Amino acid sequence: MFEVPNLADYNIMATLPVMVLALSTCILLLVDLFIPTERKHLTALLAAIALGVTLVLAVLPLFDLVEYGDGPLAFEGTFVADEFSNMVNAAVLITALLGVMVAPNYLERSALQRGEYYSLLLLTTVGVMFMGAAGDLVVVFISLELLSIPLYILSGFRRGSAASEESAMKYFLLGAFSSSFLVYGIALIYGATGTTNLQAIWQTIDALAGQETSARYLLMAGGSMVLVGLGFKVAAVPFHMWTPDVYQGAPTSVVAYMSVAAKIGGFAGLLRVLVAGMPNFVLDGAEVAAWQDTVWILAALTMILGNIIAIVQSDLKRLLAYSSIAHAGYILIALAAGGRAGYGDDAARAALIYLMAYVFTNFGAFAVVIAVEGNDPTHTGLGRVRGLGKTHPMLALAMTVFMLSLVGIPLTAGFIGKWFVFQVAVAAGLTPLAIIGVITSLISAFYYLRVVWLMYFEEGEGEASMPRTLAWAIGISALGTLLFGVLPYLLSDMAREVSLAFGGG
Amino acid sequence: MGTPEVAIELYVLLSAILFVLGAMGVLLRRNAILIFMSIELMLNAANLALAAFARQWGNGDGQLVVFFVMTVAAAEVAVGLALIVTIFRTRQSIDIDTLHMFKD
Repeated sequence: MFEVPNLADYNIMATLPVMVLALSTCILLLVDLFIPTERKHLTALLAAIALGVTLVLAVLPLFDLVEYGDGPLAFEGTFVADEFSNMVNAAVLITALLGVMVAPNYLERSALQRGEYYSLLLLTTVGVMFMGAAGDLVVVFISLELLSIPLYILSGFRRGSAASEESAMKYFLLGAFSSSFLVYGIALIYGATGTTNLQAIWQTIDALAGQETSARYLLMAGGSMVLVGLGFKVAAVPFHMWTPDVYQGAPTSVVAYMSVAAKIGGFAGLLRVLVAGMPNFVLDGAEVAAWQDTVWILAALTMILGNIIAIVQSDLKRLLAYSSIAHAGYILIALAAGGRAGYGDDAARAALIYLMAYVFTNFGAFAVVIAVEGNDPTHTGLGRVRGLGKTHPMLALAMTVFMLSLVGIPLTAGFIGKWFVFQVAVAAGLTPLAIIGVITSLISAFYYLRVVWLMYFEEGEGEASMPRTLAWAIGISALGTLLFGVLPYLLSDMAREVSLAFGGG
Repeated sequence: MGTPEVAIELYVLLSAILFVLGAMGVLLRRNAILIFMSIELMLNAANLALAAFARQWGNGDGQLVVFFVMTVAAAEVAVGLALIVTIFRTRQSIDIDTLHMFKD
């Protein structure tokens, strides 16, 4: 007969940070109803408090100060609260906090002060946190939807604006299209292994090793379809077509958040499924996982196309969209390196360090776009930054830091991220991929430094509006970018204990 | 009863056909609602595969996933139809060929 489950058996305490945020999101949604439109900054404040509390809760176990529940596994292995998920939590919560900071003024001057903005943003954050802790394909699917559906709504938040609606529609149709690939992939992997639990999948693949069974074809098809589904989310070429249009049309405060959060979520899912669940899926005595070649090609294509198309862009948001595609390529290098046995943990560490550096750098760059955009959402042409060096020297300096970090110049966080990624690539025998990475980084210097050139060496109006919270968000991002660049061991220490392996390597 | 056994491969084949039909619909149709219906077809193709595999393995995991997929699909419908309605209000059309504001 059916037994009433006892929550204590499910190690529910291990899920504390994400549960706190999920509950406070629901409460925030209700409380917001009683906050009048002209005081929506109160909702923002409440959202920031919820995020701050969750961030503290999430960071404590990262520094081994406290441990929730007994052991990492909760809900019968479907939720894995390990170091990997702690680090994902920290990255996405910082992004969400910055996202809440830049929102109130932006929404006010765009006349979009609707409180559900913050609840939706928090829901997406909950989705990414669940993705980081996914121990089951069902959780991967649910968290992907939980992080995507609020983002569809947020991209169309500027109701009545054709651009915002168009971007939401494109994002929605392609996002739903890609998640159907993910579901079919999950079905095929389940068909091959008889389970949706990642650890059990790992064990089944291990037992199947070397056997000539039809299961391997199902696994191959299933793995590819999962890669397609999540590849859309992280904007890997050839699944990137939506990115520039969505980034250009959606409200900039949303883009700043989603360009980072969706990437964290997508890569957390890819790492969980491929590096934790299927690293031992090897064909015919090969030394590396069967999916490595595919990821290799995706990474190379993404880096090359993203960086080259970015050169011809004349709109700041579009330029940053192609830049974010290119950066997905660099993280894919780390994913590919995880396909060699014994390098999974190093690859996960490198990817997380890269993402952590990317949080501050990319968010900061978009925050500067918010500042120069003024009251007109279409004012995001490259020319808007002309002369910024004279009129707003601090803003221009911050933008310079972000651009240098996106190129990967030493003493910025971006360099540290690339350093770890290229290092693990070379160690895992992917030197050609690392070389492509270095060359495309050089190419990227051209368009990033053009922004710097426009700011300092060309005459222009250099208008920008900088309310206090936005200035703080830009300041924190610039500080984080420099801090991790100068003191890289802060990041590598944090990631030290990250391990995805079920079978001890 | 005399219900004939249908081989698992046939169910999976049918689901693959439905999935491809759905994908074709997404790529060829120009009406947002029809594209959306095609996406639902793809999701249901996956559901059929999950149910078939669940029967083959004799455990409930696959059927469990089906319930989650159906729930999430319902949530997607709510958001998607709302988006389609707002787009229709602004443009008086839901033909996706009219969505071409952005250019490189």
